[in-house]
Amino acid sequence: MKNVHELVEKNIGLMAIFILIAISFGAMVEITPLMFQQQTMEKVEGLKPYTALQMEGRDIYIREGCVGCHSQMIRPFRAETERYGHYSVAGESVWEHPFLWGSKRTGPDLARVGGRYSDDWHRVHLLNPRNVVPESNMPGFPWLAENTLDGELIEKKLRVFKDFGVPYTEEEIAGAKEAVQGKTEMEALIAYLQSLGTALK
Amino acid sequence: MSSFWSIWVSVISLGTILGCYLILRWCLLNKTGVAEGDDMHHSFDGIIEINNPLPKWWTIMFYMTMIWGILYLLLYPGLGNWKGLLGWKSSNQDIQTLQESKDAVLASREEAKTALFGLGGVGVEYDRELEKAEEKFAPIFNQYAEQPIEVLVNNEEALKIGQRLFMQNCSQCHGSDARGQRGFPNLTDHDWLYGGTPEKIVETLTNGRQANMAAWLPSFGEKGVEEVVAYALSLSGRQVDPDLKEAGKARFAVCSACHGPDGKGNQALGAPNLTDNIWLYGGSKDVVTETVNYGRAGVMPSFKNTLGEKKIHLVATYVYSLSKNK
Repeated sequence: MKNVHELVEKNIGLMAIFILIAISFGAMVEITPLMFQQQTMEKVEGLKPYTALQMEGRDIYIREGCVGCHSQMIRPFRAETERYGHYSVAGESVWEHPFLWGSKRTGPDLARVGGRYSDDWHRVHLLNPRNVVPESNMPGFPWLAENTLDGELIEKKLRVFKDFGVPYTEEEIAGAKEAVQGKTEMEALIAYLQSLGTALK
Repeated sequence: MSSFWSIWVSVISLGTILGCYLILRWCLLNKTGVAEGDDMHHSFDGIIEINNPLPKWWTIMFYMTMIWGILYLLLYPGLGNWKGLLGWKSSNQDIQTLQESKDAVLASREEAKTALFGLGGVGVEYDRELEKAEEKFAPIFNQYAEQPIEVLVNNEEALKIGQRLFMQNCSQCHGSDARGQRGFPNLTDHDWLYGGTPEKIVETLTNGRQANMAAWLPSFGEKGVEEVVAYALSLSGRQVDPDLKEAGKARFAVCSACHGPDGKGNQALGAPNLTDNIWLYGGSKDVVTETVNYGRAGVMPSFKNTLGEKKIHLVATYVYSLSKNK
């Protein structure tokens, strides 16, 4: 065959294979090394695994779609660090599965919201944000105060994270159900929020 | 990055550019078996394809992108561990503590000096941005930091900065007019939980506050709470059942440990004055009963790390100004 070009042009399967090879170069350079790089695997010194209650709170954060309006990623710009604190670093996210960096900021970034407000403020704010911030357009989440956790799945959740390399001890896993049972979803979510960004000390 | 991955990244990146070059060269050769300008025998709706070479302007642009790519990879950190001639970095990502972050700022400033063959590189983009801001704003903040709050409170400019910082950081709880709301104190009414002197306001902002009123239902019982609430309400001149009030007065001895024997509160503990009819959580009988039953634990967060000393100075000036002339 003289015309190799024609061979590729008229053979869509072959062309697809070549396209796949071509675009895989980017992934091979930009993604593969990250999985083995120390920078992305070494935790910041103060990082602690989520407690059972915080872990439940994190799942509520995911369930309620908080990540759709709140990012958890402070970029290294002064305009961001003046408001939110030190920019986010890789070592803070090593135990996040999946990470909740988000990409949309209808509301403020929450990467370092831990300790920024009191628990009471969060309680009022989550019930109806307008009660504390009149111009807020965040929806209220009143059911969080009514729903209680049964803790049926918490041991399994912690075990899955342990498999991912988060150093949970057997005692922590064994006591997890007891730690969350009967607590409201509100308490769990606030416990999670208050932990955010506090590891970098 | 280990040297294996460094080589991996470099070889694939440079190899891709080389590959693009070779493919382009190959495409420029006429390998179709059809003479230039002849029909390629592709006909679609009467439109025929003719074997024309790649346009020259397009080819030149392709070469230029390759040159651009190579120059970019020389100047900036793209090839594994190669730091780039400019010594540019967006931020210091490989830090484990805040102290390391501070150290990294200095270290990378030194490192940047030797970049670009000793001519001095650009360094960390974020640090440069901060340095520029510091140059512009530090003199302003320093000038205000030197003045005591009692003096600074007459400075319009300083108050405006303080107010903007307040809006950003404090209004979420204390309200944009600083009049507070249920559970979050009004800062304009001269009624201070922890003290309204400049020093006390700075202390509150810097370290935060943690109130701690115990729950009295377990030890007083329902009847006891009813009595003590009656007495507490009577302190600010409310009409209450005289019998309940008398019984409550006896019980108030325990309360006076924090609220004082006359119920005027204690700023050292953040115990509110009960005689002035200003209520943090509400002054209805029901709410006061709830407060006594279950206790309260209001929290003011610390702003030491968020704002830093000099900005706290300005916020404190603004807060101080709110009640100064009343």
